[in-house]
Amino acid sequence: MSRQYETVIGLEVHVELATATKIFCGCSTAFGGEPNTHTCPVCTGMPGSLPVLNKQVVEYAMAVGIATNCTITQNCKFDRKNYFYPDNPQNYQISQLYLPICRDGGVEIETEEGGRKTVRIHEIHMEEDAGKLIHDEWGDCSLVDYNRSGVPLIEIVSEPDMRSADEVIAYLEKLRLIIQYLGASDCKLQEGSMRADVNLSVREVGSEKFGTRTEMKNLNSFKAIHRAIEHERNRQIDLLEEGKEVIQETRRWDDTKEYSYAMRSKEDAQDYRYFPDPDLVPVMISDEWLAEVRSRQPEFRTEKMARYKAEFDLPDYDIDIITGSKRMADLFEETTALCNQPKKVSNWLMVETLRLLKENNMEPEDIHFSPENLAKLIRLTDSKAINSSVAKEVFEAIFQEDVDPEAYVEEKGLKTVHDEGALRAAVERVIADNPQSVEDYHNGKEKAIGFLVGQTMRAMQGKADPSMINQVLRELL
Amino acid sequence: MDNILSLSAVELGAAIKRGEVTSVEATRAVLDRIAAVEDRYHCYVTVVEETAMRRAAEVQAKINSGELTGPLAGVPVAIKDNMCTTGVLTTCSSRILNNFIPTFSSTAVENLEKAGAVMIGKTNMDEFAMGSTTETSAYGVTKNPWNPEHVPGGSSGGSAAAVAAEECFYALGSDTGGSIRQPASFCGVVGMKPTYGTVSRYGLIAYGSSLDQIGPLCKDVTDCATILETIAGHDPKDSTSVKTETDFTTALVNDVKGLKIGIPRDYFGEGLDPEVRDSVMRAAKLLEEKGAILEEFDLSLVEYAIPTYYTIAAAEASSNLERFDGVKYGYRTADYNGLHNMYKKTRSEGFGPEVKRRIMLGSFVLSSGYYDAYYLKALKVKALIKKAFDDAFARYDLIIGPAAPTTAPKLGQSLQDPIKMYLGDIYTISVNLAGLPGITVPCGVSREGLPIGVQMIGDCFREKTLIRAAYTYEQARGSYVRPGKEA
Repeated sequence: MSRQYETVIGLEVHVELATATKIFCGCSTAFGGEPNTHTCPVCTGMPGSLPVLNKQVVEYAMAVGIATNCTITQNCKFDRKNYFYPDNPQNYQISQLYLPICRDGGVEIETEEGGRKTVRIHEIHMEEDAGKLIHDEWGDCSLVDYNRSGVPLIEIVSEPDMRSADEVIAYLEKLRLIIQYLGASDCKLQEGSMRADVNLSVREVGSEKFGTRTEMKNLNSFKAIHRAIEHERNRQIDLLEEGKEVIQETRRWDDTKEYSYAMRSKEDAQDYRYFPDPDLVPVMISDEWLAEVRSRQPEFRTEKMARYKAEFDLPDYDIDIITGSKRMADLFEETTALCNQPKKVSNWLMVETLRLLKENNMEPEDIHFSPENLAKLIRLTDSKAINSSVAKEVFEAIFQEDVDPEAYVEEKGLKTVHDEGALRAAVERVIADNPQSVEDYHNGKEKAIGFLVGQTMRAMQGKADPSMINQVLRELL
Repeated sequence: MDNILSLSAVELGAAIKRGEVTSVEATRAVLDRIAAVEDRYHCYVTVVEETAMRRAAEVQAKINSGELTGPLAGVPVAIKDNMCTTGVLTTCSSRILNNFIPTFSSTAVENLEKAGAVMIGKTNMDEFAMGSTTETSAYGVTKNPWNPEHVPGGSSGGSAAAVAAEECFYALGSDTGGSIRQPASFCGVVGMKPTYGTVSRYGLIAYGSSLDQIGPLCKDVTDCATILETIAGHDPKDSTSVKTETDFTTALVNDVKGLKIGIPRDYFGEGLDPEVRDSVMRAAKLLEEKGAILEEFDLSLVEYAIPTYYTIAAAEASSNLERFDGVKYGYRTADYNGLHNMYKKTRSEGFGPEVKRRIMLGSFVLSSGYYDAYYLKALKVKALIKKAFDDAFARYDLIIGPAAPTTAPKLGQSLQDPIKMYLGDIYTISVNLAGLPGITVPCGVSREGLPIGVQMIGDCFREKTLIRAAYTYEQARGSYVRPGKEA
């Protein structure tokens, strides 16, 4: 390959908003109900039904727009996007084309070289989600579940400002963090509450003109996005190198096969016949409303990092990890408020929590233990009621099932035995049973004492205070 | 009581309360009347005889116990078949909804039911309210009770004819481009389209959402004000419904002294039947005699109303009617091969030619490359038409004119020439484009024996001015050949 290519990427990111009810009716947005149980005449498109806008959707969209430096369209409108498909009960989707709620924003990301760049946001608009089609593989039919129909979405459309998969991931992580900090969505890619479509083209380095782009859909994880981008970049370059043309089309990524295939080309592109929805009145956002939403914006990551440094004097590394997830930061602050041991809380999150998340293939957002129980655990270790290895065991139970550590320790009999007589007896037995180690110790092998401590701990069924064992051992040797 | 059927809705409501007649007797009388004349006029798509009789007994018990005291309690009503009614077939007179039984009732119908109305059935209409004669119905043609060789008008032709033929005491219709006022004129009854936003559209199966309004068809202005008062009001389920005063019966005042009435010259020009013109002018003069001030003026832009209306209404309809696809409810073609073939065959077989024509027209004006030239331009003209009315209402309290250029045409005539049918809407559709209230009151009978109506148009949310003028006119006019006493 003699020519050098540059990848040009823009993203369309759909985010499901965390409202309790749908965008145009009062049905629940809860995930995972029995099919068609969270439905009503409005979200199933029954004749005569009419949409009524959920105000919370507008507030979340405004909040995301403000946090991403957008201009808020104070007189915005909804439009109908017309297309026939059974997951779309009215055969039009209520969206925003002509006057989206947010425009002309951007977020700053860090590049691989350690520099910073801004990814511009073209617009953010509000729209309704579609239902879900279930294809019956045995029966010759398809079924439709409208529980998701009418769940509120925002679509964040970037400018084609990204040049690599790493920049795309950095941009997505940045967006996700902002939205999570706002509480506007949990942004879980796997569950589809955050979905990214990748628009990608390649061009020769130095070229001013964009190449022909494709749109990649069905990307369910950051890893899939990374792989799909690499794959699509190579596919397009191969085509150009062979003297062929890239066709403007929509492609679907199959992450198990690491392969994408064309869904529809530009020629098949539908005419959506957008027009303003006459059932909804324009959304008028007053200066007061805008100011109110602005004043309610939470502390974002940068401010939080500075505060953690000043208030808790945590290492930069800890701060970086903890503030990298809204769930972690919340847990840290809530637990610290209860036990006033910031460094210890941080340690539990940084070491054991991260380890267990990794082992269980979970995201920080999946953490479900309460700050109360972590605080109790820290108090138990501080008071030396349990030793550190027992504490790890108890923490696992907290992590898995959010158990109350006091009750758990009591029930399992894990409390450290502070009875010096019992400890002395155990140590004496260990000394008697391990003459070789005793001799090694006397010959100056410091390591031998470690072995003897371990043996004593085993004899005490793990419920001793290691520093106390150490002290008694040295005394009796 | 042996003259039950000739009572107005309010008269019947009062008679029931006085114990002179029961709701059950009135309902029975209407059902007997339907059994006797329905073959001749075909006003209904569905008659719910058993439900109505049961409901009448329930309502009567509540009237007796003092639970229901309103003026319409116990009075039988007919509902246009584009308003959803719980458990009762609702077809929009279309094959595509031949089996559609809604799970909820439209807010207007609910409001009537709360007031103790007894629904008799669902009235015939032009398919999806697209037409001006009730001839585009998939369930047969409704005939004008004054002369069954003529159409009743449309699209609320079944409702207007049912009132005229005494097959109900009053009815609800919907008006997107004159669909209440024109059939009221053709059938010699009172019909009113309220200001856009006055009556909730929730449960009204949409044709042109930005133009549709539900309103009454009835025997006199007192009924009209009473019905409107019952169905109007802000509805949180309809974002376009408005909080406004609804004490319309307080405007039933016989006095128009000093009322300034504009007569648009544009409404009295070429194409207007001289008999209709003379009859409407006589009505205006009568109001002048009662103290109103008449003045001719040029409204302007009238000739643009029809293309503007057909662009906007068809555009909205093309989208509103997308949900009728054979997937969830309604008609589905018997044999098909895959999803798109199912859509295509279902909609080809389910919709009639007039509906298809408007869906195609609407899809065209919204398609990319034509949107600006047609749809957007139509919206701009709509705004100019509204401005022309605003200018007029700066000078006049109301505007008076005909509701239609002619009396009811003969059956079959209009379908030959849709353009001519569209032109027949010239006096009514600007009112929808501007969102204004309009009322039609009978003002004469042609030599041929067909009724003529006078239309009064008010400024937005000035229903009370209209009701006052219409009531005063009605009192001055004196007895009218009571609808139903067909020639």
